[in-house]
This record gives sequence, structure tokens and C-alpha cells, in this order.
Amino acid sequence: MEYVIEMLNIRKVFGNFVANDNITLQVKKGEIHALLGENGAGKSTLMNVLFGLYQPDGGEIRVKGQPVKIANPNVANDLGIGMVHQHFMLVDTFTVTENIILGSEPTKAGKMDIARAEAEVRELSERYGLAVDPTAKISDISVGMQQRVEILKTLYRGADILIFDEPTAVLTPQEIQELIQIMRALVREGKSIILITHKLKEIMEVCDRVTVIRRGKGIGTLNVAETNPNELAALMVGREVHFKTDKKPAQPGKEVLEIQDLVVKDARGVTVVDHLNLTVRAGEIVGIAGVDGNGQTELVEAITGLMKAESGSIKLNGKDIFNLPPRKITEAGIGHIPQDRHKHGLVLDFPIGENMVLQTYYQEPYSKRGILNFKAIYEKARQLIAEFDVRTPDEYTQARALSGGNQQKAIIGREVDRNPDLLIAAQPTRGLDVGAIEFIHKRLIEQRDQGKAVLLVSFELDEVMNVSDRIAVIYEGKIVAIVDPKETTEQELGLLMAGSKQKEAGVSS
Amino acid sequence: MKKKRIGLALSLVLAASTLLGGCGQAQKAGEKKDNFTVAMVTDVGGIDDKSFNQSAWEGLQKFGEDNGMKKGKDGYDYLQSQSDADYATNLNKLVRSNFDLIYGIGFLMTDAITKIAEQKPKQKFAIVDSVVDKPNVASITFKEHEGSFLVGVVAGLTTKTNKIGFVGGMEIPLIEKFESGFRAGVKAVNPKATVEVQYAGAFDQADKGKAIASSMYASGIDVIYHAAGATGNGVFSEAKDLKTKDPSRELWVIGVDKDQAPEGEVKVGDKTYNVTLTSMVKRVDVAVYDVAKKAKEGQFPGGKVLEYGLPENGVGIAPTQDNIKPEILKIVDEWKQKIIKGEVKVPTTRDEYKQFEASLK
Amino acid sequence: MSSNRLTNFLVPVFAVLLGMIAGSIVMLVSGYDPIAGYSALIYGAFGDSYYIGETIRQTTPYILAGLAVAFAFRTGLFNIGVEGQLIVGWLAAVWVGVSFDLPKVIHLPLAILAAAAAGALWAFIPGFLKARFKVHEVIITIMMNYIALHVSNAVIRSVLSDKGFKSAKIHESASLQSEFLQSITDYSTLHYGIIIALIGAVVMWFLLEKTTKGYELRAVGFNQHASQYAGMNVPRNIILAMVISGAFAGVAGAMEGLGTFGNISVKAGFTGVGFDGIAVALLGSNNAFGIILSAFLFGALKVGALEMPSSADVPTELVDIVIALIIFFVASSYLIRLLLSRFQKEGK
Repeated sequence: MEYVIEMLNIRKVFGNFVANDNITLQVKKGEIHALLGENGAGKSTLMNVLFGLYQPDGGEIRVKGQPVKIANPNVANDLGIGMVHQHFMLVDTFTVTENIILGSEPTKAGKMDIARAEAEVRELSERYGLAVDPTAKISDISVGMQQRVEILKTLYRGADILIFDEPTAVLTPQEIQELIQIMRALVREGKSIILITHKLKEIMEVCDRVTVIRRGKGIGTLNVAETNPNELAALMVGREVHFKTDKKPAQPGKEVLEIQDLVVKDARGVTVVDHLNLTVRAGEIVGIAGVDGNGQTELVEAITGLMKAESGSIKLNGKDIFNLPPRKITEAGIGHIPQDRHKHGLVLDFPIGENMVLQTYYQEPYSKRGILNFKAIYEKARQLIAEFDVRTPDEYTQARALSGGNQQKAIIGREVDRNPDLLIAAQPTRGLDVGAIEFIHKRLIEQRDQGKAVLLVSFELDEVMNVSDRIAVIYEGKIVAIVDPKETTEQELGLLMAGSKQKEAGVSS
Repeated sequence: MKKKRIGLALSLVLAASTLLGGCGQAQKAGEKKDNFTVAMVTDVGGIDDKSFNQSAWEGLQKFGEDNGMKKGKDGYDYLQSQSDADYATNLNKLVRSNFDLIYGIGFLMTDAITKIAEQKPKQKFAIVDSVVDKPNVASITFKEHEGSFLVGVVAGLTTKTNKIGFVGGMEIPLIEKFESGFRAGVKAVNPKATVEVQYAGAFDQADKGKAIASSMYASGIDVIYHAAGATGNGVFSEAKDLKTKDPSRELWVIGVDKDQAPEGEVKVGDKTYNVTLTSMVKRVDVAVYDVAKKAKEGQFPGGKVLEYGLPENGVGIAPTQDNIKPEILKIVDEWKQKIIKGEVKVPTTRDEYKQFEASLK
Repeated sequence: MSSNRLTNFLVPVFAVLLGMIAGSIVMLVSGYDPIAGYSALIYGAFGDSYYIGETIRQTTPYILAGLAVAFAFRTGLFNIGVEGQLIVGWLAAVWVGVSFDLPKVIHLPLAILAAAAAGALWAFIPGFLKARFKVHEVIITIMMNYIALHVSNAVIRSVLSDKGFKSAKIHESASLQSEFLQSITDYSTLHYGIIIALIGAVVMWFLLEKTTKGYELRAVGFNQHASQYAGMNVPRNIILAMVISGAFAGVAGAMEGLGTFGNISVKAGFTGVGFDGIAVALLGSNNAFGIILSAFLFGALKVGALEMPSSADVPTELVDIVIALIIFFVASSYLIRLLLSRFQKEGK
């Protein structure tokens, strides 16, 4: 059997932390090979070793049977290894061709030969069915197209082995289907692909074989045809994973959050929340379903005081919190897991420990007479890190250094620990792997069972249907329907979200 | 491994610093010497400022050459200051190098010399353009008003529009002497002429000088006298610009401190003009030379205020006088004799000028 | 962690060494003897007690100017206006110093507080404009420098003197000058300001690292959105950060007014201390302790430089080039970090 890439017993250590512990990955020519693992399992480290960004502390790399030393990405390029990064490395104001040739520009008599480069790019694009216009500006094309430019970049440099780092994270469902077609076309032409992902659906659909790693250790390599999502999830997380979250029926109590006639305008003066009414009761999870950009973000920001609302009323436990400063609202009893954890949720340059008291730092025991009590702060941090399974070397590590899932766990721990009457969770599982998603869903339901009101905002239908007790569909800033997840279907919700059907369920609004 | 390397680096650094420190030690000035040494501290202008720092250094160089001295720590030397904070440091540095006589060039050094002269009562100092009342300090001042009076006479007799301008650097008593003497000179020979006075607020802003000159020439003024250091360069450049546009127009600048004839040269087509009417020279070099000579001869004028005026050749009209009509030069000479003889007392302040003006009527 | 800290320490050290090596190349090329030049520099900075006194005196305002820049930097702001804040601080300190006649225990602190208040006020304006109207602080602070220079010149001419070019000397009761310090350093201009500068460094460290307010300021500096989410008043913190930074700068001015000069004179241009403060902060990694060291280095370079022309015939301009080269290497610390990591890797 011919392997194009063999990474044998690769070991990589950062300080005391073993990121890769004797991992073996063997990729056959012409296959799509998935590299599956939770966030922080060591996938990126392994690929960075292959791409020459890190030097392994042990093990051997062979390309087409030959042992090699990959000192830097240029060596990787020469060996025919190309990487399609998750975060695109493109110059917005350049054309597609200019971006592709950047760093290896063809020249004619000292001048850049753009015409020749364009012809080459066009030829490549047609051969692999990429349909990219070589003369278009990057700023004018869609995210999906930009990703194809990244693919073309590697092909232009003669890559035979393409590494895709979480390629679907930024794509729409339609674009994901197109990407899958492209990957198949590449393999047909004799390329080999390593797909880094934690999405089981994609692996089942497109991959030939899968190598699973967990906490830096190689768990094994399987033929996709001989496995199933449940098995893969269990291998990845190290235990059984339930896709359907078990929960008892809700026992709604008194009304905690009451929103009436809320109007919010964005910075340009456009009405984005339009006379919206919504009620969330103690002991229930209300899910807001909707396509991105229908006022969800503004609704949450208006409730939490991050954005000023125009008119209407917002009451928490009967107390008016409309347009109060964020601190007053927080103190009134709202916990908020923000949609963008890097922007709002964390001060990434602070130690994770100091992030654990982001809203409470000024209260006793964390602060006394204006002086911080670091002993109390880090004690609390250690407690939450243990309780919410935040994987970090220690509580003094910068929040930036943690993986996305662990950052999110830290935020949830912080918010839940403040024991708020209303917990708002905006996109709480975005970008996370199954293990973390399951953990977070469990925690949200746990809060409900303790009699808290939970407002869940998500663009993922699965999540809304799975976790919510009631679903409020938002469309153009209005709640257009309130449905019972047990009595609805994805199709019905999809139509409601698209605004083509209006339905008032028999729930007070 | 890492530790070892740091240790190595550290010991290297230490070794280097002892070595260099050792070299430094060797340089410390000798305690005893028998030849006469002299040095000066410039203000931020430096010895190439085309003004009094340069003039002072020229005087010191000439003194050194005449007495067979070498530039350096055992002859004659200078230190240039980068900022106000360096005056005291530089003066002290010279004191520590055992120079026999140390000059502070410019009134900005008054405070520093006052203080150090108090701390080092045996050290001889001299200050230019200011008065420090200490027994070990010789204060060198100039009768700028007398020289300014003479160029005022020239201006008063040269003007056709009877409008004359004066551009000052900073509005300080020193420049007031220039202003008052100049106005008196104009008034004495041409009572109809008016003198417009403007201050730029700085000695180093040629753009301001140019702007002021521009509005003055536009208002019909045809002679401008500047006492503004480098700010005055702007006056020259404005006059030269106007001359280039219209070579037939008669407009003049009177320079200051040094003979500024080179500053006024302007070429239009193949003809060369010079807008410098004349200059009021202040012979800092003469004064510096004189005081150094006295000190070497054991007659250091400590505690005294030396005033260099017309009789001492400390101030006067520049040697380049091509643009002045001979009959005017004759009148200038008459006034010069009157001042030397004491028949005319030139005003040094605006108040004195008013009295002078009244006495003319 | 510890290896990181070591790198943070080694980077500026290497930057300085590289700057000196580059400086000696420049000297060689220009036909001067670098060994004589650097020995003169070192002698002129540390040669004997007088020079050490002068070096410490020059270090004093550098520490405070560096703290001012660093404080703003740590809170996410770029205060280019330290120079102007320093000048108004100097003016205010001298004003109080000449206008009142009080017991020293009241007069001296009052003069220093006045300087801090003046610097704070000067920094409040750009802080307010930034917080309220999102006007970039760099532009405003640069402009405020010119306003400070010319306003203080006007005040010196019209209020503090009668059309003169300098104010009267401050009263002894407001002076930081010390016969004792002068006598042990052979009549250098060393004054008690160094103690105030060192206290300032401790204050900055304590304020930022230990207090609740410091937590807020740092949070706002790193991430305004998260700070707003956490319930902090972002605009107020921006203003406060600028005000504290300006207060440090104002006290730096007080060091000149109450210590080195004892008065204030009309300035044709900037003192340069405020601008050098940016480099001091950079070299000191915006860390209070680091700033003390880098200010000392800058003070030594500045004072030692004066010895280079007379002992080694090297023009002072060259020393400015050496300083510029050091800053250049600090700014390109990435390069040095890269070299260091190579070095360490090969050592393993």
C-alpha cells in the first residue's frame, strides 16, 4: 500500500504540556483522510508539525516513502504539501491572481507577468471545477469563493497533499455542498486530502478513512464505511455521547422576563427589533430561532444594556430594567453568555482566573476598599475551572491560550455561578465540538431544572429543537410564531424563519 | 545551558565595563599645569550659528592661535549644549577639566553661571550678553544701542517712503536696546520717518521672520532692520524673493551681529544684486579675545561689567558698505564721533527713547 | 512562563547591545574611535560622583515621563502629549513655587500637586474628546503639545515676569534642591526628585496591578467591548487613564521646575523629555520596574554623551544616532526574539 504521507510516532511538547503524544497518521494516495478530535486535542499541532511551523520532539515524517525534515513551510511547499487555512490569508485589495502568485510571482524581463499568471490560474480553476474569476478583487467575492482562492494558492504552488483546516466552519450549507464536490474533484485528479474537523456529518459524507485523536494521543484509524457517528463521537470524547439531550418536561413558573413593544434601531437608524413581545418564565428554556440578521443580536444587546433601545418595556421579575446601564442589569439578576466570546465574553489578554470575576471584581470578597484580593479571585477561579472542566494548564494562563470550547466553558461557569434568575445564551455552542456541545446543553437544562429562566438564541435548528421548551421564531425583528418543539418539524420552522408563514401559537406573547 | 550562557554574557558585560571604566579614569584631567587654558559653552545654537556663538568661537580660536595654544583640554576648547538642562552640566564639566577661564555664551546661561560661580569661587568665569554679580565672573555686554543708532542713521537717510521696519527676536531688555538705539538714529536724521516695530517671539523661526517682512514690505516699508538671529534669515529671504520678482524695486535689509552682506546676495538673470544695506556688527570675538588676554596677563576683570561700545570697537557698522552713498557714510561718521565724545547719549530703553525724541524738538 | 520572563528581560538588553555595536560601526565609518567614544560616554555618565549625580538627575524626569507613556499604553491609549503635559506641569509647579510663601511641608507637596493637576487637565481634554466623540488621542495630544508650549511661553512673559524670558526663582520652601545631595555629588544638580520618581513607579505598579480601579483600566485597555459587557463605564475609564497618565507627566515637569532649574524660561522648542519618554516606556516594556532601568540608561546616555566631544572628539549628534539605533532595535524586538529562540533551540 502506498502512503503519500506518514507521520510516525510524532511527539510535540510545549513546556510540561504534551500536545502530541506518539501520534501516527498515514495518508494514502488519492484519499480524503479525516483528522478528528475535540478542540485542543492536538489536531492543529500535528498539522503544524507537518507544515513545518513546529519541529517535532520525536518521531519521523515520511513523504512518499522518503524520510524528510520539514524545517519550515517552504520545505513543505517543495514537498507538495499545501495548507488551506481556516482564517484566510488574503490581501483584500488585490485580485484573485495577485493573491495566488503573491510570493512566487512569475516575471518576464524583471516585470511581473500577470497575463501568464492569470492564464495559469484560469486553467487550474477550470480543471478542478472551482469557477473562480482570476481578475476579481478579493473584497468583492464571497467567503466560499475566497476559500477556493486559498485552495488555488496551494495548487498553483504544485501541492499534491492538501490540508484543509476546519474548512466548513465559515461556510453556508450550500457552500459546504459545493466544497464537497471540489474535494471529490481534487481526489479524482490524484490529489490527497487531509481534512481537519470535528463535524461527524461531514466525515461520514466525504471521507474515506478517519484518524481519531484525543487529548494528544492517537486513538486509531478507521474506514469510514465501517463506522458510524456514535462510534466516532465516543472515540473522540472518550465516552458515550448522547445527541438527543435527555430532559424532563418543563415546569414553567412565574414570568421572569417580560418584553413588550420593544423597538431597537441600529447605528444607521434602521429598525432592527420591531415592536417585539416575548415572555420567558422560570423553569423553561425559550429558544429564539431565526436566520442570522433578523434582530437576534440587537434583542439580546438591548435586554443586557449593551445597546440602547428606542421604546417599549423590559421587565425582570416585574422590575423595570429598560435601558439601564449594563452593571445595573447584571446586578438585577441576568447572566449573559455572549454571542462573540472574544469580543464580549473575555478579556483575552487577562489570565483566565481574572476573567472569572469580570462582573464581580468590585464586590467582596474579590475587592476590599479598592484593593483586589487575588487570593479570593484565584480561589474562585480554581473552583469554577474544576467544576466546569475548563482545560487549562493553570488559572494564571492567558485566556487567549485556551481553546474555544474551554473559553466557552469558562464563560458559562462564570455566568451560571453568579446564580442569575435569567440566563441568556447567545450561540453558546458555535464552533464547538460534540463533547463541549453536549456539556453546555446539559448545563442549560440543569439551570432550567433549578427553576431559572433560560433564553437561548441559536442559528442551529438542531440545537433549538433539542434544547428548548418553547421556540419563538424571529423574523425581521418580530416574533412571528411561538411553537412547541415536540409538535413542529424542521420544515415548518424553516418556512417560518423565512417569513413565508405566520402562526400565532396559543401562548401569550 | 541557558543559565551558563547568561552568566557568560553577564561577565563579558562586566569585564567590558571595568575595562572601559579604566580607560575613562586615565583621562581624568591632570591636577597641575602651567599653561593658560580657556574654554566656552555655547547655547543650543552651536559654533556654526552664523551669529554670536560662531563669533565667540572665532575670537577664542584667534586667541589660541596668537598664543600658540592647541584645541583640546590643555589649550582652548568648547562644549555645545543640546538643551537648557545641559548648561550647568557643561559648565561644570569645564570646571572639572581645570580650565583657567570659562565663557558662557549668551544670556540663557545666566542662572547656571550664577550658581556655579557661587559653588566654585576660585574659578574664573565670563558671561556674554548678561550681567552676573559675582567677584569671579566678568560680565561682557555690548552697547548695541550705539551700533543700532548708526544703522538707524543709514536707514533714515536711505528710505524713500519714510517707512522703516524693525523685527525683533524676543521682547526682552537686550533687544529693546537695539530697538531704541535704532529708532533714535532714524529720528535724529529724518524726523518724518516712522519705524514699525514687530517681535517674532523667537530667535530661530525664519518662517515667522519671512511673514513679518512680507507684510512690512507690502505696507510700503523699504528698509528693515532685524535683531532676531536666525528668525532674521526669513527677512532676507523675503527681500530676495521680492527683488527677484521686480529687480527695479528698492528694498533693503540691515543685518545684525555679523557682516550679513553674504546673506543678501541675489542673482536675477545675469545681474547680481545685494539687498543688504549694511549690518550692525557686534564684535563678540573682540570681547572674548580681550577678556582672555586680560586673564592671561593676570588682570582678570572679575566682578566687573565690561561694556563694549563704539570706542572699544565692540559694535559698529559692517565693513561691507557698497550700498551706502558716500555722503551718508560721512554723516554716519559725524554721529559716531559725537557718540564717542559723549555729546549724544543713545537711549537703551523705550522710556529713554521718549526723552530722546522730546529733546530733538 | 519563566523562560518568557527571561526573554522579556533579554530582549531590551540585546537591543541596547546591538544599538551600541551599530553605533560603533557608525563611529568607525565616520573616522572616530568607538572605544574612546564609549569610554568617554561611560566616564561622562559614571566617572565620579559628580557625573553619577548628573545621570540620576537626568533619569528623574525620564522615569516619570516613561511612566506617563506606559500608563496610557497599558490602558490602550497612546499618549504622545507627555511633552505638553510636562511643560504645563513645570509651569504650574513654578507658579505655585513663586507665588506663595508657605512652610515647606505644605508648599512643596502643593507645588507638586499643582503640577500633577495641570498635567492631568492637559490630558483630560484629549481623553474627553476620545471618550465622548471618538477623536483619536494621538492627533489631539500632538496638537496639545504646541498649545502647551506657546501658552506657557505667554504666561512666563506676561504673568510670571515682566516681559522677560524667565520666571523668578521659586521659594526655598518649594524647592527639591538639596545642599546635601549636591555636596555628596560634588555640586551636581542632583535633587530629591529621584525619590518622587521612584515612588511614582511604585504607585503605577500598585495602581494597575493591585487595585480594583487598575483592573478596570487594564480591562478597558485590552478590550472595550468586554469591559462594557462587564458593566464598566468605558468612557469614564478612558478619561481617567489619560488623566492619571497626564498627572505623571505633570510631575515630571515639576522635577525640572522645582529641582533642576528652580524656575521656568521661555522655550524656543520642546524639551524632548516627553518624546524620549515614549522610547523609555518601550524599552522598559511598559513595566514600572523596567522603566526605572531604561530611564537610567537614557539618563546615562544623555549625560555621558556630553563628554564624548571633549574627550573623544565624537560629535554629540552621533550619540543621538546611537540612541535612535537602540530604539530601532527595541522596536524590532521581534527580530531579537527570533534570534533568541534560535539560539535557545540550538543550545538544547
